[in-house]
Amino acid sequence: MTQASGIANEQTSTPLSSSKSITLRISRYNPEHDDSSKFMEFSVPYERWTTVLEAILEVKKHFDHSVAVRYSCRQATCGSCGMIINGKPRLACFTKISELNSNVVTVEPMNNFPIIRDLAVKFERLFDTHQKIKPYLIRDDTELTSDEKEFLQSPEEVEQYIQFANCIKCGLCNSACPTMATDSSFVGPQALAQAYRYVADSRDKGKDSRLKIIDDSHGIWRCHFAGSCSQVCPKGVDPAMGIQLLRGYLLGFRS
Amino acid sequence: MPQDENKEGIGGMINPRRYGIERVAYLLMRLSGLGLLAYFIGHIYETSTILRGQVGWNEFLELTQTTEGHAILAIVIAMCVFHTVNGIRVMLGHGGVGVGKPARPDYPYDPASQNYRHKIGIYSAIVLAAVAMMYGLAVMFGE
Ligand code: HEM
Ligand code: SF4
Ligand code: FES
Repeated sequence: MTQASGIANEQTSTPLSSSKSITLRISRYNPEHDDSSKFMEFSVPYERWTTVLEAILEVKKHFDHSVAVRYSCRQATCGSCGMIINGKPRLACFTKISELNSNVVTVEPMNNFPIIRDLAVKFERLFDTHQKIKPYLIRDDTELTSDEKEFLQSPEEVEQYIQFANCIKCGLCNSACPTMATDSSFVGPQALAQAYRYVADSRDKGKDSRLKIIDDSHGIWRCHFAGSCSQVCPKGVDPAMGIQLLRGYLLGFRS
Repeated sequence: MPQDENKEGIGGMINPRRYGIERVAYLLMRLSGLGLLAYFIGHIYETSTILRGQVGWNEFLELTQTTEGHAILAIVIAMCVFHTVNGIRVMLGHGGVGVGKPARPDYPYDPASQNYRHKIGIYSAIVLAAVAMMYGLAVMFGE
């Protein structure tokens, strides 16, 4: 390849032209006919900006198309690509290989979710628990019929819940939680944080009914404030904060 | 057939290495709670020896005069202090005290609930437990 003009320097290089590479270890498991999971290793070239998701897609493109992975937006918005990367739950599209500081990158399916195949897991429980806490405004009137047309909020009122509204339902928090590790019925940090999101919304009138739902033996009381959920959340939701503020209502610290 | 939920299990629950000092505190709180419960049961048994009169009482109490007895009591002191101090921190946190205020999150999204106030609480609990244990050891072994 000649470097005749300055433009030639800027050609879009395929990742394969990179000089650096890592070993990508992918957990492979098909519950339908495998007894246990096993790792397959691939040498994948990367640049400073290459994400773990891109590395996995590189494997699918050049080495093994059958690797099962779920993704969509590639920009930490859809919440599809959560997985265990080098031991911790992270979004594959939001984790750069270079930030892991390791020559070996191991990807496994998220814990505390049933495995569909390889890296793809089932989200039914997360969606069920999310629905259980009534993730919508509860009040008698609606914006459609009221003369006001919309329910006004001050910027300060928005500030009270907007952080929790950032949740993309990726499930990383539920995968990091020590209670989820052993309790199949726990409502989980994702849903509890969403319960707080609506309770803290000045337009919402459903506080009492939501508190009743989470005041359960497998509800909010199973949270021990270990904070791992908040440490892995890729959107700054800080579920642990929401859960403790929520529990403040039940314990009488707040009203 | 119930589907395998791929839960991390007890091994994942007690692994203190991945999620900072907060997860270490979580583990120590559980261990010290269970340790204190075991001590409490032992303590009830120990004091029940009074039913065998002064001789029985003294016989049992001699167990605490051995090196192993001293070591166990030192650990009980440490568990007691850690559990109490960290317990107060956890109770405040559970009520929403010191967990930070909701705010519009900004990259890199450091969670406000994992803040220095609670970290100081955890480290104080550990340091106070260590100091109390050393004082106990000094009293028990330093005749
Ligand atoms: C002033 C003394 C104490 C305080 C402030 C205290 C506080 C607490 C708190 C806040 C928890 C809940 C921790 C969590 O949610 O993770 C707890 C758990 C526990 N405590 Fe205590 N406690 C005290 C004394 C004791 C004693 C004397 C015993 C034993 C007889 C004990 C046994 C336990 C046990 C077994 C647990 C459960 C551990 C777990 O499930 O993580 N505690 N304590
Ligand atoms: S709270 Fe954070 S980690 Fe949990 S599902 Fe929502 S975005 Fe993901
Ligand atoms: S692909 Fe959408 S969050 Fe990663």
